[in-house]
Amino acid sequence: MSASDDPAYFRMHREAGDLRAPADASHGDHEHGPYTPVFTPGSARRKELDDVLSRYPTKMAALLPALWMVQHERGWVSDDGMAEVAQVLELTPAYVKGVVTFYTMYHQHPVGRHFIQVCTTSPCNVCGADNVVESFLKHTGCQELGQTSADGKYTVIEVECLGACGFATPIMINEDFVESVTPERVPEILSELE
Amino acid sequence: MGYPHTPHERETVLLSKYFGDPEARTLDGWKKRGGYAALKQALGTPPGDIVNVVKASGLRGRGGAGFPTGVKWSFMKLDDGKPHYLCCNADESEPGTFKDREIMRWTPHALVEGCAIGSYAIGAETCYIYIRGEFTEPTLRVEKALEECYAAGILGKNAMGSGKTINIYVHRGAGAYICGEETALMNSIEGRRGNPRIKPPFPAVSGVFKSPTTINNVETLAAVPHILTNGADWYKQWMRPDNPKSTGTKLFSVCGNIQKPGNYEVAMGFPFKDFLYDLCGGPLPGRKFKAIIPGGISVPIQTVEEADASFMDYEGFVAQGTMLGSGGVIVIDDAQNLVKQIARAARFFAHESCAQCTQCREGTAWTTRILERIVAGEGTPEDLDTLLDIGENMTGKTICVLSDSCATPVSSGIKKFRADFEALIKKKKVHLVPAVA
Ligand SMILES: Cc1cc2nc3c(=O)[nH]c(=O)nc-3n(C[C@H](O)[C@H](O)[C@H](O)COP(=O)(O)O)c2cc1C
Ligand code: SF4
Ligand code: FES
Repeated sequence: MSASDDPAYFRMHREAGDLRAPADASHGDHEHGPYTPVFTPGSARRKELDDVLSRYPTKMAALLPALWMVQHERGWVSDDGMAEVAQVLELTPAYVKGVVTFYTMYHQHPVGRHFIQVCTTSPCNVCGADNVVESFLKHTGCQELGQTSADGKYTVIEVECLGACGFATPIMINEDFVESVTPERVPEILSELE
Repeated sequence: MGYPHTPHERETVLLSKYFGDPEARTLDGWKKRGGYAALKQALGTPPGDIVNVVKASGLRGRGGAGFPTGVKWSFMKLDDGKPHYLCCNADESEPGTFKDREIMRWTPHALVEGCAIGSYAIGAETCYIYIRGEFTEPTLRVEKALEECYAAGILGKNAMGSGKTINIYVHRGAGAYICGEETALMNSIEGRRGNPRIKPPFPAVSGVFKSPTTINNVETLAAVPHILTNGADWYKQWMRPDNPKSTGTKLFSVCGNIQKPGNYEVAMGFPFKDFLYDLCGGPLPGRKFKAIIPGGISVPIQTVEEADASFMDYEGFVAQGTMLGSGGVIVIDDAQNLVKQIARAARFFAHESCAQCTQCREGTAWTTRILERIVAGEGTPEDLDTLLDIGENMTGKTICVLSDSCATPVSSGIKKFRADFEALIKKKKVHLVPAVA
């Protein structure tokens, strides 16, 4: 089959960096709702952050770990989240935003409860990764890549090499890897998610 | 072993010996397998002697560039009174490569021991293991191993009772291929955007936190305990008799259109043809190999003839028009549209460019647009010359070599598989002009 006959090839390649906010952001944190701080004095996350700070000679070096903590607590990193991290680490909010936007794994918008990333880089692509993406779109009801399904359950994106190319096609669902995914396995994989 | 397959008798299993053996993950299990004897021995040896053994072993960096490890370590001046750092590069994002992941998943203590010895040898009290954000399971394994080591007094203020401080921490990345480049990695540890830095200054002079720093790949560091225990000459038994420049064993990750993808460990200089057919089982039924990329997607594409004639070491691959790189072998067969795959590779680099350098930012995007146009049947005969020209302007002109890496598969692809590109261009849709009556 030549690529020009291959419908998957013309699909918009949308990846984590340009996710859109879903129409209904009721799951997870509200974009404009009240923000609950993560690092309140005495909290477990505050203690964790203090421990992280002791590992580095500068406060700034705790930025990536602090952003991970916010994302784990809130599901995504909002402007308010960035402002809190900035304040705790004595950085400016603009600086923090500059860093957040560099890294694709920090969500700048709420995403579906199950955030599904499918590797489609060449080594997986030659093993049929595009068909796995198609299958996920079809079975999750997501209209297109990067969009969250109407029930807030799923977001599907393409991702660049996950470092598991011998197990084509690897995918990530939130923090978990699933290896050797074929289009046929997709319904079964989805049925195991609540 | 040829994980996830049973090991092949022609493999030389050193680093991969315990892949698939869950007991090797625990401190007790690791000690039963001889673990931490090398660290104990190292802590009683002057650092300079360790550097010399590693130098004599011929060990070279397994992260891609192949720089001699002992020589790199010798750049760290032990008496300069400054804090030193070791950074272990576990960012493994080079498409085709998945060996460091298995080392961390199955033998996390091998890495921790290598990091501890490396830290001691270069006079560092702190080592950061920079693991890509997507590697959640490997991160858990390494963190668990570190926890066990701190609890057992192997790490910390008085490492194994030596009076030396060795702290090792995991620093989790957050999704950016470019953070595997050593200076970008240091920026990322410091809490910055992962933009590569201009060299000089080199990391050994001013690295992370403006202090002397050494950066080493996971596989490089995991090999060190074996060398220390068994000696430099023992490590040099694995090489081609006529090529002393590549020594030891190497893990190769194999993926794409091949019978048995996985990780294989072979002696340097192993014949690539035997590797592809005997160890990895050859092509899928009814198919033929079309092109091989032996060292991760950043190295030049090989024709099957070139691959068949290669020896698997740094010099052996160069002699056949490519490089060993990270050891990520990508196999593409005759059922694939090679040009589409090269276009996909270019898109990868366009996505991962940090966009500091004009040649890279514009070049990766432009290259991708042209290639995708060709794949869509809209290419013109001039496109190939334009691509080669852009490629030349992207090579050797930027802060890091990501730009060169994008040009490499494209230019080598056009040079070696020109007919594939031309076939797509000839298929170009012709707009018929109605004849005037
Ligand atoms: C764009 C780019 C990406 C890289 N990615 C990695 C990587 O993921 N892992 C790695 O070990 N080295 C990577 N490197 C090579 C490192 O810069 C560095 O040379 C290496 O980690 C040094 O360790 P070694 O001497 O033990 O090989 C990359 C280099 C470049 C230019
Ligand atoms: S070559 Fe590309 S990735 Fe490297 S520093 Fe320049 S813009 Fe960034
Ligand atoms: S290319 Fe898909 S995991 Fe590497």
